[in-house]
Amino acid sequence: MKRDIVTSAIGIVVLTLLCGILYPLVVTGISQVAFPGNANGQKIYVGGKLVGSKIIGQAFETQPTGKNGKPAVTSTGGPVLIPDPKYFQTRPSATGEPYTAGGTPDNAAGTTFSNLGPNNTATEQAIAGNIAAYLKLEQPYDPGLTAAKVPVDAANSSASGIDPDISVANADIQAHRVAAVRHLPMSTVMQLVSKYTHGRGIGFSGEPGVNVLQLNLALDRVTGGR
Amino acid sequence: MTFLGWLTIFGFALILTALAMPLGRYMAAVYTGERTFLDPLFRTPERLLYKVMRVDPDRRQDWKGYAKSLIIFSLAGWLLLYFILRTQTLWDWTGLNPQHFHSGTWNVTFNTASSFMTNTNWQYYSGETTMSYFSQMAGLTVQNFLSAGVGIAVAVALIRGIIGRSGREIGNFWQDLVRTVLWVLTPIAFVVALVLVFQGSIQSFSHYLSVNTLTHLPQQIAMGPVASQEAIKELGTNGGRFFNTNSAHPFENPSGFTNLVEMLTVLIIPAALVFMYGRMAGNRRQGYAIYSTMMIMFLGAAIVAYVAEAHGSPAQHAAGLHTQVIAGSSGGNLEGKEQRFGIAGSALFDVVTTVTSCGAVNSAIESFTGIGGAVPFANLSASEVIFGGVGTGLYSILLYVLLAVFIGGLMVGRTPEYLGKKIEAREVKLIALGLLITPLTALFCTSLATASKAGRASISSAAAGSPQGFSETFYAYLSQANNNGSAFAGYTGYIQPNPGNLGAHGITFADILGGFDMMFARYAPILFALAVAGALAGKRVSPAGLGTMRTDNPTFVVLLIGVIVLVGALTFFPALLLGPIVQGLTTHLY
Repeated sequence: MKRDIVTSAIGIVVLTLLCGILYPLVVTGISQVAFPGNANGQKIYVGGKLVGSKIIGQAFETQPTGKNGKPAVTSTGGPVLIPDPKYFQTRPSATGEPYTAGGTPDNAAGTTFSNLGPNNTATEQAIAGNIAAYLKLEQPYDPGLTAAKVPVDAANSSASGIDPDISVANADIQAHRVAAVRHLPMSTVMQLVSKYTHGRGIGFSGEPGVNVLQLNLALDRVTGGR
Repeated sequence: MTFLGWLTIFGFALILTALAMPLGRYMAAVYTGERTFLDPLFRTPERLLYKVMRVDPDRRQDWKGYAKSLIIFSLAGWLLLYFILRTQTLWDWTGLNPQHFHSGTWNVTFNTASSFMTNTNWQYYSGETTMSYFSQMAGLTVQNFLSAGVGIAVAVALIRGIIGRSGREIGNFWQDLVRTVLWVLTPIAFVVALVLVFQGSIQSFSHYLSVNTLTHLPQQIAMGPVASQEAIKELGTNGGRFFNTNSAHPFENPSGFTNLVEMLTVLIIPAALVFMYGRMAGNRRQGYAIYSTMMIMFLGAAIVAYVAEAHGSPAQHAAGLHTQVIAGSSGGNLEGKEQRFGIAGSALFDVVTTVTSCGAVNSAIESFTGIGGAVPFANLSASEVIFGGVGTGLYSILLYVLLAVFIGGLMVGRTPEYLGKKIEAREVKLIALGLLITPLTALFCTSLATASKAGRASISSAAAGSPQGFSETFYAYLSQANNNGSAFAGYTGYIQPNPGNLGAHGITFADILGGFDMMFARYAPILFALAVAGALAGKRVSPAGLGTMRTDNPTFVVLLIGVIVLVGALTFFPALLLGPIVQGLTTHLY
């Protein structure tokens, strides 16, 4: 008994040093030398300023000024956000409203699921709301668009709340709007879409997706930020 | 459903088998003391560890001595982890608390320490808003290694009992633990961690990034030493997330490829242990029989989950969303799923982590369809024997094997024997207790939590008063009892108004009940498994005769599946009806 206690006490300290300090430090050291870009979050700088991480989604929306001259907020304290029509939009994020009261979409310091069940009226309302918002934004530029043609990724909230990708079908629809707003030929936009579409892992694992931040940055470069 | 979706599932099964067979051979060498190619690297550290820890590796232990060492060591781990989390601010001098998070509250820390010690990794807290990098590394990562090591040690001890030819000894706990950590867990975790960083995971001690987005909104991005913890979290079937959204977070699981790597990492050791068992038992067909049993049930679960999720949910259809596959879109129930994983990659990941005791998620299980969500329920109801946790899976299914031998023996009217050893009254009693304690604990806690006001306080507001609320509660205690740790994440035991623990408080009822749920359902079965090992170790081996029931042929596989399904169904069916099945059968919205 006493022997076990002594061995346990020493053992837990020694193994903590081995598994909890040495192992992560060695992995960090090698990662920082061999893959510094990835290890530090694939940061993207524009003009010397940090504008995001390549693999973390962000909300391409603007916050208008309210009546009191400050940025407008909703009744529950979250920001009022309006999609910026010159940008491709990421998926609905459960870190923002209406999923999280007072929340900000694509909050990468407080990720969360929507946790909405398959048979909940709250789920139906959230999806219906997303479909309506999507149609309102895209229909003026894509008159043939109906609710039945909205891709699931545009109407369902992502898991991480910071999904960097949208589906190819979703990008194809949004391309109409972005091309019109930016006065670009559709073919130029579609070329960029396919340029920033990644395939499946080793040919079969997962789904193709379009990296929205990279695509929007490329568009800004083409039109000089307008 | 798509061809590539099916390929994901069946291709995964093939790759897994191809990787697990050589690892099983290697692990058999590790635990029987044969030479391995890593000996030159680890012999010296091993001797050093024994010396520092004052262990005599040549001293064999009987099952009681083995159990005593195991329990005391686990307790020491619990105390250290509780101490580290409760004194989080004390470690600020390391520079590994860049966000200056406060220390955890007593009740949530009680739950967390119990959770990581038992390989459950149930988490009432959210990583990026409560845990310093120091706590994640020195506290949580360590238990990811050690709880996995303890599980494997028990499995090895039970195997020694089953195949033992003389005496009462079943090995030396310290030796099994140290060899598991050095020869098995560290090298694989190390390689996987580097692969993950290579593919886009982060590994950094930087403070959180402050971003000014393209539309000039502020965005803060949580950072941390993620890859090193992610690797052992999957490998040790722990599943404890670094970030709140677990393996859905792009830093934890950046691509379809890493999703595949992580799924393989979860199942590789549980699968390899089965092949190792066949080798150690001197009859590889015994291993193949168990492997087939597990694989058949695994594929069945994956197929059901994929079909259900590809079909979509009633809420989607009611909102007018079309869920069939179209060009450029996966279709299906993408609520709470990531675009890069799609339906098949999410459904398979879910099955992989709920058949094992991993419990990591790359999608929100709570948002799965009724039937898709019933699959993890069913996996947990089978008591984690479809591959199961590292070690726990093998020792649990071996108990089922012994039970199946006993039932088979009754049916044909012969004395039940397994590998030449008679299964008698004492063993059958121990096996029955060992197998029934986990379900009983889960059901007891669920009924307590459903029936009391303090328990219902944890149910999420959207699910209150509906079958979803019952599903949440039931899943919480079922998952904790099976040391899985995945969640219908609306169920909460921690109220946190702001990031950083300050002003936050735990829900004592859920925290404490869950903590005891995990500890009791982990250590009671371990004690029974070790007792069975001790009882079998001393038995004489009688030669197999014409009348001996074979345990390495398809008939036995069918019998074994039957026993597992029967025990699980009889125990859990009434409760399952009230939650997920009701939701799966209706298109009614609540």
